Amino acid sequence: MKTLDVQVWRGDETGGFEKFEAPAQENQTVLDVVTWIQRNADPSLSYRFACRVGMCGSCAMTVNGRPRWTCRTHVSRVAKDGRLKIEPLLNLPVIKDLASDLKPFFDKWNAARGTFEAAIKREDPLVPISPDQPERAAANAAIECINCAVCYSACDMVGWKPSYLGPAALNRAWAAWNDVRNDNRLDVLKAVSDDAGCHNCHSHQSCSEHCPVGLNPTLSIAGLKRATSKALLKGNLK
Amino acid sequence: MMRPTRKHSGYWAFLAHRLSGLGLALFLPLHFLALGTAIQGAAKLNSFLEWTENPLAKFAEIILVILLSAHLTGGLRLLALEFLPWSERQKTWISIGAGISLAAGLAMLFNLI
Amino acid sequence: MIAAKLYLIQRISALLMAPLVIAHLVGIIMAVQGGLTAEEILGRTQGSLGWLCFYSAFVILVAVHGTIGLRSILIEWTPLANRIVDALAAGWLISALILGLRAVVAVTWS
Repeated sequence: MKTLDVQVWRGDETGGFEKFEAPAQENQTVLDVVTWIQRNADPSLSYRFACRVGMCGSCAMTVNGRPRWTCRTHVSRVAKDGRLKIEPLLNLPVIKDLASDLKPFFDKWNAARGTFEAAIKREDPLVPISPDQPERAAANAAIECINCAVCYSACDMVGWKPSYLGPAALNRAWAAWNDVRNDNRLDVLKAVSDDAGCHNCHSHQSCSEHCPVGLNPTLSIAGLKRATSKALLKGNLK
Repeated sequence: MMRPTRKHSGYWAFLAHRLSGLGLALFLPLHFLALGTAIQGAAKLNSFLEWTENPLAKFAEIILVILLSAHLTGGLRLLALEFLPWSERQKTWISIGAGISLAAGLAMLFNLI
Repeated sequence: MIAAKLYLIQRISALLMAPLVIAHLVGIIMAVQGGLTAEEILGRTQGSLGWLCFYSAFVILVAVHGTIGLRSILIEWTPLANRIVDALAAGWLISALILGLRAVVAVTWS
């Protein structure tokens, strides 16, 4: 039987790799391999997953050096000569084995103020939003994020400046800024203009290269740079 | 070994932009000091210019022209990326910038020899 | 808001400098033909109000632009504390301005 040579990260940041042999199958994902190891080789292996169909964003790990959604990553596409090296996501603390601590990621999501605050009450009439309104189109391009933190893990700037909000939170902020019903649009611009904000981005585009659902956070961040610059020049941001 | 996440043209373009900028920032004070010698008259500046006739200085001049043109084209690319509607041809723009910088370096080479 | 302001100053200085850099590059590549002499340079620049304005603007813009760039590099690529980073960046700004404007005087004053 053909086998895969799998190196799996064990322990926390101070841990190391452990070698496993898993059966190679014609059609299997990286998550299938991790699950096989947990069920058949070492039940103490910790990892995270939920939906297994690329919707929930729980199962992202570093596979052969790149962050990936493991449930939708076929082994045949990433394993060079049957070798897999599986680590937790980069740029995040490690809880144990393949499970990263996503707290900093979601804290920044909040810090970027990508929340919706209604300007109207439930009794008020609905605000008409036409699908071809430019703001609506811009928001549309940014809303399919599954919070998997692959972009955050791929981003060099997060590694170089750990306070940086990162691509996912800023991409969300761009969608919130483009929601004309949102009552805190200026707060969004303020939140992304501080020391940890969008202006740290150097447009390497590693986020866009790695986003599993094909979003372009670099484009969203460029939009925030334009919006903040315009607001600064108009004197709306101080 | 290079991090696999960096193996794409956007990262190389960033690195070229950063290193060319750093190189120019380090060179600039020396450039100003050299030109400042003209305060003591043309003869002083001439003695410096004669020194730049050596092959190593000429090589450095070609590199500097490449750094300056690379930083220029890279900077224009970034301004376009950030302030103009998004272009799907990011890789094309990076290649054009690299081409222009190399052409400027070659022009410098042919004019120096 | 300092990050947003520095970003904007960086981009505005870049935009203003782009035509100056193009002129400078064309000038360099043409001037080196047949070797450079002080007489050739100074004959063009000395007593010229146009070149005085060109080079003064160039020096001020590049000093501002370079300072912001160096600051980013120091923050991202060195473990230095913010206070030291700002001091180093300010040091480069002042040196570039003093040496640069001195060079402008040297080549344009007659």
